[in-house]
Amino acid sequence: MSYLTSDQLMAKLRKEIKEISVHELARKMDNGEDVTLVDIRGLEEWDQGNIKGSVHIPRGFLELQIERHAPNRDQPIAVICAGGVRSLLGARDLEALGYTNVASVAGGFNGWKNGGYNFVVPRIMTNEQRQRYSRHTIMPEVGEEGQLKLLDSKVLIIGAGGLGSPTAIYLAAAGVGTIGIVDFDVVDTSNLQRQIIHKLEDVDKPKVESAARSIAQLNPDVKVIGHRTQLTSHNAFDIISQYDLVINGSDNFPTRYLVNDACVILGKPLVDASIFRFEGQVTVFDTAHDGPCYRCLYPDPPPPGEVPSCAEGGVFGVLPGIIGSLEAVEAIKLILGQGTTLAGRLLTYDALEAEFREMKVTKDKNCPVCSEHPTVTELIDYNQFCGIPSVEHVSTNGAVKQPALA
Amino acid sequence: MATVRIPSPLRRYTNGQSKVESSGASVNEIIESLEAQYPGVKARLCDDSGQIKRYVNVFVNDEEIRTLQGGDTPVGDKDEVSIIPAMAGGQS
Ligand SMILES: [Zn+2]
Repeated sequence: MSYLTSDQLMAKLRKEIKEISVHELARKMDNGEDVTLVDIRGLEEWDQGNIKGSVHIPRGFLELQIERHAPNRDQPIAVICAGGVRSLLGARDLEALGYTNVASVAGGFNGWKNGGYNFVVPRIMTNEQRQRYSRHTIMPEVGEEGQLKLLDSKVLIIGAGGLGSPTAIYLAAAGVGTIGIVDFDVVDTSNLQRQIIHKLEDVDKPKVESAARSIAQLNPDVKVIGHRTQLTSHNAFDIISQYDLVINGSDNFPTRYLVNDACVILGKPLVDASIFRFEGQVTVFDTAHDGPCYRCLYPDPPPPGEVPSCAEGGVFGVLPGIIGSLEAVEAIKLILGQGTTLAGRLLTYDALEAEFREMKVTKDKNCPVCSEHPTVTELIDYNQFCGIPSVEHVSTNGAVKQPALA
Repeated sequence: MATVRIPSPLRRYTNGQSKVESSGASVNEIIESLEAQYPGVKARLCDDSGQIKRYVNVFVNDEEIRTLQGGDTPVGDKDEVSIIPAMAGGQS
């Protein structure tokens, strides 16, 4: 019985099969010629990069799946592999099925890449990620596509305190890829009753560092950006514009109005919540989609001292766990584009009564920031706006510290 | 009698109660009768001219009274009036 070595087989096929260069392929694709480009490499090769518009059929499935992509036997087909060898075999197999206009791409995908032509690298999850997020991806509301959205998303959390702690932990666990945290403070022993992202060993250390450590232990997919500063009218645009969405867990009115105005002006959705004693409230301000803003709900700040802070009035330690988690829920829904958010609704929770209630939040058509004819179009002095003497002083480490209410 | 929801910061006027009954046909009347029952409450809700303060939100059922008729918003016996103040807490 006669036989061929593989070299002899390839030499034979080179004579029988039409080959085209990567340049010719690029020209055909640029011209929009009707050619079905079939990439027959393995999944791992495909995942590392492929030509936009190509269809992926691993060689083992070629004869079984080609008809889905090229039902007519006279459809022009170009077969590509990594280097132009396997594609000769693939082209031969297609000819055996009766395809009459088949070419093998000489040089393959590597030749294409080396020729400087564009290719795409598909976003894929690693096996570890597939396991980690399997309870998410199995649900149609998330799926692998939604999980990739979360991994690609950038969320800014104002304050790594009571609210920011559970928010950051749940967002990190959910795989929000970039979490920014603005906090100037260091961890105090009295924080540990509710600020669960910090540990005893973190006392006296900067909260942004402590939060970053906790998140790193939980999920290495998450990049944490610590902004160890006070958010001010000078830096708010710079910081907030780096993110897709903002979650407010701050402790004073000037910051709340500042974050609101900056988000409205930049068109960023804002998840807002606050807590006091046993009560919390949470809502979403999404003015880019016609929702109301913080000023629509609370047009004027209370005078200083009128509303006690948590430091003065106390706060039930579990409460921020509930309210901060609700903020995380709303943020994830906004990123996924799923469900109905709290935009236009204020959800209140009274832990003592075990009652959730919901109030309407109406967009104020005369709102100074989010209406059609705003009077506030840039950031103002929010301490002055809140009736606090605007004496910024420079603290010992050189950072400008604003007097805060809480 | 309408039910009035009292937020935490004002509960020291209502002996710690989070829900009280109050009579009145409008929000303003409800506030007056609250003040009669629990002296000191009105000053927390209204300014010197008797107007409800801008940073205090009063809802009749789930609607904020600024979007209705303000202090003149009618209140029925089965209605629930909620006082919801702006709160800043969350971080520290
Ligand atoms: Zn507004």
